This record gives sequence, C-alpha cells and structure tokens, in this order.
Amino acid sequence: MSDSSTLVQADHAHEHPPYQRHHFETMQQQVDATGFAMWLFLLTEIMFFGGMFTAYLIYRNWYYPAFVAASHQLNIFWGSLNTLILISSSFTMAMGVWSAQMRKQGTLVLCLVLTFILGLGFLGIKTIEYKEKFEKHHVPGAHYSLNSFLNPDSDKEAKDAGDKPLPLDMARHTEIYFSLYFAMTGMHALHMIIGICLLGYMIFRARQGAYTTGHVSFVEYFGLYWHFVDIVWIFLFPLLYLISRHQ
Amino acid sequence: MSEHHESHAPEGHDDALEGHIVSPVVYIIIFIALLIGTAATIGASYLDLHEWNPIIAIAIAVTKATLVVLFFMHVKYSPKLTKLTVGAGLFTFLVLIFMTLSDYISRAWGRW
Repeated sequence: MSDSSTLVQADHAHEHPPYQRHHFETMQQQVDATGFAMWLFLLTEIMFFGGMFTAYLIYRNWYYPAFVAASHQLNIFWGSLNTLILISSSFTMAMGVWSAQMRKQGTLVLCLVLTFILGLGFLGIKTIEYKEKFEKHHVPGAHYSLNSFLNPDSDKEAKDAGDKPLPLDMARHTEIYFSLYFAMTGMHALHMIIGICLLGYMIFRARQGAYTTGHVSFVEYFGLYWHFVDIVWIFLFPLLYLISRHQ
Repeated sequence: MSEHHESHAPEGHDDALEGHIVSPVVYIIIFIALLIGTAATIGASYLDLHEWNPIIAIAIAVTKATLVVLFFMHVKYSPKLTKLTVGAGLFTFLVLIFMTLSDYISRAWGRW
C-alpha cells in the first residue's frame, strides 16, 4: 500500500480505512471478495481430503477383516482426548474472532494463546500414538510386522478386542489400513503444524494491536481454516478409531 | 471507551465490514453440542448395531460438521455468495464421491 500511496493520494479525497486495498471500490467489496477466495481455498482442501476418505471407504469395503483388526490397534482414549482438545481449540478460536470483532486486544491474545497450546497438545498426543505404532512395527514399509494380526493372543490390543487370527493374505492388507491411517492423520497433522505456525505469528501481531482496529479479516479467515481442520478430524476420528470397535 | 467511531460507513453496510458478530452464548451452546456429539459417537461405537454402526457414526459427524460450518464458520450469517459457494462445493464433492463409488460397485471385479 505504501508504494502506491503517492499515486493514489490525489484520488482519495474521500475517507478510506487504511486497510482497504486500492483496487477495491469499497470495504464491502474487499470483504466479499476475500471471504469468497478463502472459501474457494477451503473447497480445494475438501476435495484433497475427500480423495483420501474415498480411498479409505473403498479399501475398507474390500479388505474388511483386515481393516477391522487393524483399527483395533488404535487407542480410543487418546483419540477421544484429542477430539476433545481439537473441539476446545475450535471454541477458543471462535472466541478469538469474537474478541477481534469486539476490539478486545487482551482477550484476543488470550484466545490465540489457548488455541496455540491446545494445538500443540493435539500434536503431542499424536506423537505418543505414532511412537507406539513405530514400536509395534505398524508403520508401513520394510519393517512392517504382521505379528499382531497373525497371533492376536500375543498382542495386548488385539487380545483385548478379542481378535481371531487372520489368514496371511488378509493380514498383509492391514498395511493398507496403516498407510491410509498415516496419510490421513499425517496430512491432518501437517495442517495443524501450519496452523500453529500462523497462530504464533498472529499472537505476535495481536500483541501489537494489529487485529483490534476494526480489520478482522486475517483472524476471521484463519478461524475458517482452523475450523476446517477440526471438521476433518470430526470425520477421521469415527472412521479410523470407532466404527469397527464393536466387533 | 471510544469503540464506536464508524460514522464513515454508509447506512446498512456498517455491520458487514466486521462480519455479523456472533454472541459468545451461541459459541458456548455449539461447543456443548459438539461435546455431546462426541460422547454420543463414542458411546454408539461400543454397541453392536451391525451395518448401522458406520451410518450412525457418519450421521453424527455430519451433524457436528454442519454445526461448525454454520456457527463457528459463520455461514449462517454470511452473504448469499458464501452460502452458494459452500453449497456448490459440497454438491461437487458429493457428485465426485457418487461417481467414484458407482464405478466401483458396477465393475466385474476379477472377471475381465
């Protein structure tokens, strides 16, 4: 804005908020255009995750016994706690947008910091879960182990779920379950990491009073992104952890 | 405090610049509804409902996602352009899933 301000100044006899870009006629037009753009970006994200969800749906249908046995390896307690954490972080983010709209700088910083901490908490729990997968050789690749599925009695999680031994060819397909598990939760975690980095930047800027002057677009659109990441988890949690639990 | 100095904005458009301000009460109600939904989906997963298990899980997830989109993401209070964008995107997404799955179920797997 600063480089073009000398050129534009002559035309600007009327009042403009400093945050209105010069290529927009009105502030209303700017808000409509940027909101529309943010939603278009989120739609591309829906298509991206949707592809993986569809792959999961088809493979689960195809190798059903393998997917049931493999999903028993996930820990419901950690999954539920992470769902609680992520929903809470969505709530604190929504309150952050409200604080920005109400021009309450202190509350905004507090909400962003809480969202930041909850986001880190989610990733911490995800690390605990991933670590267990590495230890049990449930990470797809050269060191993948079928032991939990061929000898369920030797495996605590499989034994607790009452799994029967799978035939070798079916047991091999548990690797597909874990490939999808790591692809989907990994992409989700990457989105969380990007979000947490942006939150760090926003906390820094919010402390300088950047979002409490009436221009809330950045906080609001980041909120949309954060809620989108929450929605992805709202689907991931039942599909990966829960739907085969009763078997 | 001098929070209200927006006399420059034209009549009727004032409110849209900072978006419709949703009350924290609404956010708290939605937050509680999401917690109840989470508890319901965990509880339902321990019951043996045969083919209904995934259907119920997805129905609860869709309900929770709808609450998030409408209230946390402000779509309920957004301009028609946003509503149409979200609706069109969802429709396209469902078309893609529907076509993929109809291809999948109508193939003679292993018989070509």
